[in-house]
Amino acid sequence: MDAANVENVAAQHVLLDTGFAQRVKALACTAPLHDLDARKAAVQSADLTRYQMAELALHAIDLVTLAMDFATGASSETVVADLSRYAAEQASDRPESEHERAARWVLENLLNVGSADRGFRAVYGVRTPDGQYERRDFDFKLLEEVPGADGEIYLRATNEAVNVLVGALEVDIESAQVSADVRLETLIRRGRLSDAQAAAQAARYRTIQYAEILRQRLEATSRDVRTVDWLTAMPTFIAEALDHIEARYKAENAILVNITEARDTADTPDRKRQAAALVDIVRDCLRRHEQLQGALQEAGRRFRTEQDRQTFAAPAARADLDLHAQLLQPTLQLPVRDADKALSVFFTRGVGLAVPHALRLVDMFTLLTTPPPEREVLGAAVEEPELSDEPEPDAFPPECYDHLERLLDLDPQAPRRLSGLLEEARTLHPQLPLLTVVRVLALAAQEIGPAVRHGAASVLIAVDDGTHLNDPDFAGADLIVARAAITPSPASTDTESALPDAIQERGAA
Amino acid sequence: MSSTDTTADAARLIGFGLRPRLLPVRDEEYRQLVQRFRSDDQFAAVTNAIATGLDLVILEVTERTGIVIASTEESIFAIRMTDYARRTGGEGKAHERVLHALAHLGAATLAFPRPADLADPTHLGRITTEGVEAFVREAATRLADQAATDGGDTDPSSEQPGLEAAWRAYVRRARTGSTGDGRKLSTSTTGIVGKALTFLADQGLLVRTGDERGGTFRTTPRYRTQVREAGVVMFEELVALGIAEITDGSGTLTVEWTAADVAQL
Repeated sequence: MDAANVENVAAQHVLLDTGFAQRVKALACTAPLHDLDARKAAVQSADLTRYQMAELALHAIDLVTLAMDFATGASSETVVADLSRYAAEQASDRPESEHERAARWVLENLLNVGSADRGFRAVYGVRTPDGQYERRDFDFKLLEEVPGADGEIYLRATNEAVNVLVGALEVDIESAQVSADVRLETLIRRGRLSDAQAAAQAARYRTIQYAEILRQRLEATSRDVRTVDWLTAMPTFIAEALDHIEARYKAENAILVNITEARDTADTPDRKRQAAALVDIVRDCLRRHEQLQGALQEAGRRFRTEQDRQTFAAPAARADLDLHAQLLQPTLQLPVRDADKALSVFFTRGVGLAVPHALRLVDMFTLLTTPPPEREVLGAAVEEPELSDEPEPDAFPPECYDHLERLLDLDPQAPRRLSGLLEEARTLHPQLPLLTVVRVLALAAQEIGPAVRHGAASVLIAVDDGTHLNDPDFAGADLIVARAAITPSPASTDTESALPDAIQERGAA
Repeated sequence: MSSTDTTADAARLIGFGLRPRLLPVRDEEYRQLVQRFRSDDQFAAVTNAIATGLDLVILEVTERTGIVIASTEESIFAIRMTDYARRTGGEGKAHERVLHALAHLGAATLAFPRPADLADPTHLGRITTEGVEAFVREAATRLADQAATDGGDTDPSSEQPGLEAAWRAYVRRARTGSTGDGRKLSTSTTGIVGKALTFLADQGLLVRTGDERGGTFRTTPRYRTQVREAGVVMFEELVALGIAEITDGSGTLTVEWTAADVAQL
């Protein structure tokens, strides 16, 4: 074998290896899902073996992906609630709380809550150009938590997660979206609606994936417009994106016309239902594309305002170190080992001084004489709080109630004025007048109906006849308090015209 | 005045410098010592000598900032990363240290985005936790994009984690996260940046002005001096590593505009 041939073989190997590495990575993305089923038996807090975890995980990614909008992601509580329903389908005999626990467990594991990065790592091997086998780390996330505009945390599905859903390798998203649309159109034209449904789902996922990339780039611009290359990269990107969206919009509109026709001319109810579902999915794609277009136009406006701001900014008088270009950018490109060295210098110089505290004997003494707290393995015993079930004490002394009882035990034939009652009350107990007023006010709002229903012999009522109350502590109307006997015939209702606000306390006077 | 008294006064001035939140405008004795440092050469020389003996460097003495002192790595006053953040000690925790230090560098960069800002003693930077996090992440993401375009996006080797590029470590770390008990995740990048800004505020280098966007801070004149010094020393370190960017001082975060760009949109 001559030298050229050897080189050729080596080049082919590299090509093969690139494709191979992509396939290994695609496989790795699904590993966390399979891992769930392998680990579900090990969960101590609940028996989760009944659930098909890989399915739940796929549902979870699906829920998050579909809930992702241009502005926000999916709230984790909604996802848990929706996911619990899928869990309930799998094990209908289990309690609701267990479904929720399963859903939460799946979500936590898709985030990989236990790891520092909250992501996954797969190790794979490739052959280097010089023929050596080398292990590499592939880091990826399936779901990630991102801060929303309102300070809450939202879930978003990553590119890798959507690839798991579509069951595809890492591909160029724009072309993937075009091919998904073409496939959908062909299937609909041939009338294979059941296959078309899967294709439509794929097209929708691609739309979301594309929107996500667009969103990330636009978000970057809104953060700091000055770091974005507005001169060439951003205008090109926006133009490309608008072209792409326009093409997709046209294609999907054509598809929509076709399916709508298929739906209206469908002969069996089953086909009609399938076509109707397709219409919904394609409409969602169109809606998402409209949203994208709006966001892109907004980016154009931002460009123009930013241009104004830059034009009128005063030129720099003096110059110093350029932190961004001379420190941050080069450091980010350094290997961690070297970056650590350079950054630690910056850290030590930049954060000021640590001033050791002088030890005072006073503090030292307390520290030395305090016995060390003994820690139980399981922590301190939880004390059961003792709750007494004593009833709430009455607002007035008990003898007041006895006095009141006697005071209001009126002869039906002899009604009394409130002023008279108060005068008598004052002689009996210092707190009795207030209690009397409270009681009489309640009488003023008395309803005859309940008393009749309960079969009472008589009912106390208070009536305002316009006379003013002349009293040192209270102001208002001098009510007439009377005990009205209830006769079996329907009670007359004109005694009910009492005024609830007839009396008010005069306060401290 | 005897030389002993001069030395005592010089040491007292250094002592004021160890209390970064105290300013000359608030303390008459401090103000007089600062004035004396600026007018009396012998007093300045004695003060510098004391600082050198303590492994400290006097960066600036003005009425605005007071005396600004930086420590060298050997000084007992130096703040080491292992004291600053737990679980950052040892050879294997370089990733953790890099993330914490990047938060500090990112905060300084966003506070003084242009070279002119760093040179301007009256410049007041305003930064937020979320802003700094997004800024560093954006810088790292752009490097990731660039690596992907160049075709050099090969995943790092498992055997030598120290050779992984710093931006990968940052991009990989979760932005934020919930902990189940309502607090935000402290090991996320937002948590790390939040810790950095709060720490700088405790050190009298930033002033907290609000709670929006994860905490809003403004810079102090002292912070500008410290960042300049730290930047220069770090730049030397980068030169030693063979990585140095020479710019013309116009700044790399600015953009030029032409009519054609506007017409394109």
